[in-house]
Amino acid sequence: MSDMNQNMLAKYRSSFLKEVEANVEEGHMVKMCMQCGVCSGSCPMQNHWDHPPQELFMMIRANKREEVLTSSSMWMCTSCYNCIARCPRGLPITHIMHGLATYAKRLGKVPEGQPTAKFAQKMWDNLKQKGRTNELKLGLALYFMNGFGEGVKKALSMQDVGLGMVKTGRLNPMELLGGHGIKDVAGLQKMLAKAEAIENQHIAEYKG
Amino acid sequence: MAKYEFSYYPGCSSQSKTSADNYMRANKVVCADLDIALKEIPDWNCCSASIGYAGGGELPRLSLSARNIALSQQAHGQTDIVSPCAACWRATREAKERMEENAHVKSGLTAALAEIGLKIEGEAPKARHMVEVLVEDVGYDEIKSKVKKPLAGLKIAGYVGCQTNRPFGIDGESFENPRYLDKMVATLGAEPVENYEKKVSCCGGALMFSEPEKSQRLVKDIIEAAYDGGADMIVPPCPVCQMNVEVYQGHINKTYGTKFAIPVVYYSNLMAVAFGHNSKESALDGQMIKASKLEQIAG
Repeated sequence: MSDMNQNMLAKYRSSFLKEVEANVEEGHMVKMCMQCGVCSGSCPMQNHWDHPPQELFMMIRANKREEVLTSSSMWMCTSCYNCIARCPRGLPITHIMHGLATYAKRLGKVPEGQPTAKFAQKMWDNLKQKGRTNELKLGLALYFMNGFGEGVKKALSMQDVGLGMVKTGRLNPMELLGGHGIKDVAGLQKMLAKAEAIENQHIAEYKG
Repeated sequence: MAKYEFSYYPGCSSQSKTSADNYMRANKVVCADLDIALKEIPDWNCCSASIGYAGGGELPRLSLSARNIALSQQAHGQTDIVSPCAACWRATREAKERMEENAHVKSGLTAALAEIGLKIEGEAPKARHMVEVLVEDVGYDEIKSKVKKPLAGLKIAGYVGCQTNRPFGIDGESFENPRYLDKMVATLGAEPVENYEKKVSCCGGALMFSEPEKSQRLVKDIIEAAYDGGADMIVPPCPVCQMNVEVYQGHINKTYGTKFAIPVVYYSNLMAVAFGHNSKESALDGQMIKASKLEQIAG
């Protein structure tokens, strides 16, 4: 990871904007931001991030590479798409936030303990196993993602929700033993591996 | 042959004993009444929802939807793909649009699918949300013609939420004040809360799991606005909205000293009751907060 970070730094030394344009999902649209701030005013997490979207875009242009990549701001995206719906310049802001988060993860720059980064990885690993999300296992993985002690506490505090879901037929305790899945899991995993390889190769190419 | 036929992508939450089991059951009842045939996509997989980006990046994430599209096409040709889940629908439609406008994505997805002998032939079929089909293809008049028990006396906050509404939405509706859920509620004989100010506000989505305090704060406002409007219940078109707004009310009450206990019922449950089905057939047994007023009408 850090090797990759060094490589990218060397390749795009003079321009973080170019690096983002080449490697971040929909990154080519960052330069279109006109700094109006409608995205900030539309974001449900506006009380919680360090940098609003338009500020991140300006920081990208100002070469503030480390500050952007290590920020927790893009990890706060709830995918509500309000910013996309309202941006007068048509920037796909939600996707750029997702892309920045993913790129930061590739380079090993995710802030320590970032809960959404952790949970998102758990979900991805979960769905990859059987091709469908196992809601029970994902819930338990979430409770225990910060260690056993905290997990027990969290699971107990969520007991009312869990039992309520079981009682109303919306959660099956037997899912722990297998549960819903697809037939061609091997094929799905093969396809994902190929897609991953193509994406990695694409990012490794220098496009500065 | 059924009057309407669709390729059906239920999604992980609409399987037996998963979080939207009640939604799934009500949808089946309603679709049977409206002569809508839902032909399931064989061996469909998870779309990776809103947070698939972090684990999967762009291409692997989109390949999940591409596989579903290819399988749908293989089994059901160009028939529209319909999903009851906002995230499933959005992800599928996003994959279709991204591959149409981005040659690099298109070639990557083609190569990933080829790895397992799949291919999307020509144009990908359209991806649509269940509510879109009900409003656009079936229409309010036909829905009204099926109403046997009008939901008189019920006041309902139509909570459209995010991903059923943005970034794609329903044709002809505004992102800021969509009216279709209100119209549907009125069609069933209930009274929609006029100017429900939180109708398109975010419930936190998947961040309800990873950032529960921040997300519960958002849900608190959504519920409060429904009470302010005099609502008996909140009605969303999305499994994540439904769950987030219903099941954490106890936790929110603890944190904020509120006394919330408002039922959150899918539009499909409403339709099933209005079409004359009893509580069980309408899947009202799936409510953690009982929808008593609706149960009384259903009998």
